[in-house]
Amino acid sequence: MSTLSVPAGTAPATTSRTEKKATNKTGKRRLPLLPALIFVIAVTQIPFLLTLFYSFQSWNLVRPGSQHFVGLQNYVDVFTDSTFLGALLNTVVLTVVCVFVSLLLGLGLAILLDRKFAGRGFVRTLLITPFLILPAAGALLWKTTMFDPTFGLLHFVFNTDVDWLSQFPLAAVMAQIVWQWTPFMMLLTLAGLQSQSKEVLEAASVDGANRWRTFFSITLPHLSRFLQLATLLGAIYIVNSFDAIFLMTQGGPGTASTNLPFYIYQRAFEGFDIGQSSAMGVVVVILTMIVATFALRLMFRAFSVDGGTK
Amino acid sequence: MTVATWVLAILFVFPLLWMILTAFKQESDAYTDPPKLFFKPTFDQISGVLKGDFLPYLGNSAFVTIISTLLVLLLGIPAAYALSLAPVKGTKNALSFFLSTKMLPIVAAIIPLYVISQNTNLLDTVWALIILYTAMNLPLAIWMMRSFFMEVPGEMIEAARIDGANLPTLLRKIIMPVVAPGVAATALICVIFSWTEFFYAVNLTAARAGTVPVFLVGFITSEGLYWAQLSAAALLASLPVMIVGWFAQNHLVRGLSMGAVK
Repeated sequence: MSTLSVPAGTAPATTSRTEKKATNKTGKRRLPLLPALIFVIAVTQIPFLLTLFYSFQSWNLVRPGSQHFVGLQNYVDVFTDSTFLGALLNTVVLTVVCVFVSLLLGLGLAILLDRKFAGRGFVRTLLITPFLILPAAGALLWKTTMFDPTFGLLHFVFNTDVDWLSQFPLAAVMAQIVWQWTPFMMLLTLAGLQSQSKEVLEAASVDGANRWRTFFSITLPHLSRFLQLATLLGAIYIVNSFDAIFLMTQGGPGTASTNLPFYIYQRAFEGFDIGQSSAMGVVVVILTMIVATFALRLMFRAFSVDGGTK
Repeated sequence: MTVATWVLAILFVFPLLWMILTAFKQESDAYTDPPKLFFKPTFDQISGVLKGDFLPYLGNSAFVTIISTLLVLLLGIPAAYALSLAPVKGTKNALSFFLSTKMLPIVAAIIPLYVISQNTNLLDTVWALIILYTAMNLPLAIWMMRSFFMEVPGEMIEAARIDGANLPTLLRKIIMPVVAPGVAATALICVIFSWTEFFYAVNLTAARAGTVPVFLVGFITSEGLYWAQLSAAALLASLPVMIVGWFAQNHLVRGLSMGAVK
């Protein structure tokens, strides 16, 4: 039983006992936690503070001595930069579509795998493999052997001369990301399916519920925590997508497939504009924090709901 | 249904199967129209990649992955213990802090990280990556391991305490045997994420400390002309994690779901 899953007030005895003990020996008890806490704070928070500091500076790396305070100018520039706004939109589209589609595909595959059949272990092994290959390898693989307009498999199968990467750059990138993340969603959903209580399912069939009814009334509610978790973890990683865009389209053609991580990278490492890319970084952090606050709340609610597993 | 499942599975992983096939082709067989399903297999591409400068990158990846995973366990196990079996005040705050660091976009920190690594001479060294991968994996690892530690029956610990067992004995005799599979699953996930990490590696390393994903970047400059060699390199680069993942897939499922949902 986790402390998080205990609704406040249901276990006053244990809580107060633990807390009393904790206050008596707080220092000693905190000791094992401190190294990890200090390490994570140092490595993750200090750079963000520096990003905040840089975002008020005009600073170009290739011009030594150019660093000076400019106040909010970088932020004004960011919000009037149409490429930034386009990249923001692309990021939202890419994240929402990829999470949704890979979750749906993952759920479908998990349902197919949640039955006994010949070669099930092998099929599962096959299906998780896209998650295990390097995303960089996957991206290059799709760019060449799948999407190439002359020799690619898609050209052969659909018999078209469509140049996927220049005509549908964002969709092509999303296809690769969905392919990469479906196995992860499938693994989590499968774990959820397999943790279902067999008695409840049997009881449902004894009561005469058909497959669909059972799925929607029993399986789906049980899965909801797993699906929420998959959504949250998937979104965290997919929002940061960089490999596929960097290796497949370089954000192009033009800025058609530029997302925020790629645009900030470009401003920083190709434009050497530290001030402006830092301001973008800060804006991204604030936006993420707003979204994450809602996501965290959802997650804690997911933790505290006991989905009928006891 | 079974046939449908098989067909869907093979369709889904077809790009991967195609990569494996292409890795054993001569370049002239790799791009043809129509694509060639049957050809005379060759090990030329595999041995070509191995004879090239692939091995130093592989060495860097292995070193960074192993050391950062060990560091995660070294820092994470005591923290998971403190947050589960001997909960300190503010456990919930500590946990949400750890989780919140995962939500901060890594791109927003890359500029200071670049400047800091440059000023401390860590740029293009494996140590910069080791520090960052440890910080990247630690929050998720603590979260996962904490839930595995919760599985240890409290009565067992109390009983051992009454018998006069001190913390090291308690850890070794009672706690470790119960949490070992969970710790292994956590380590596995850290290995996968470290091995496949691209953003830090591509921005903070170059020729000296480049990892396997950085090695693959070299292929985009050749405009996809060497498909067979690219496929061989992609296969070799992914193989270590693929093998680990295949053999440990049960742990992977358990680790992901239990670690996060419990």
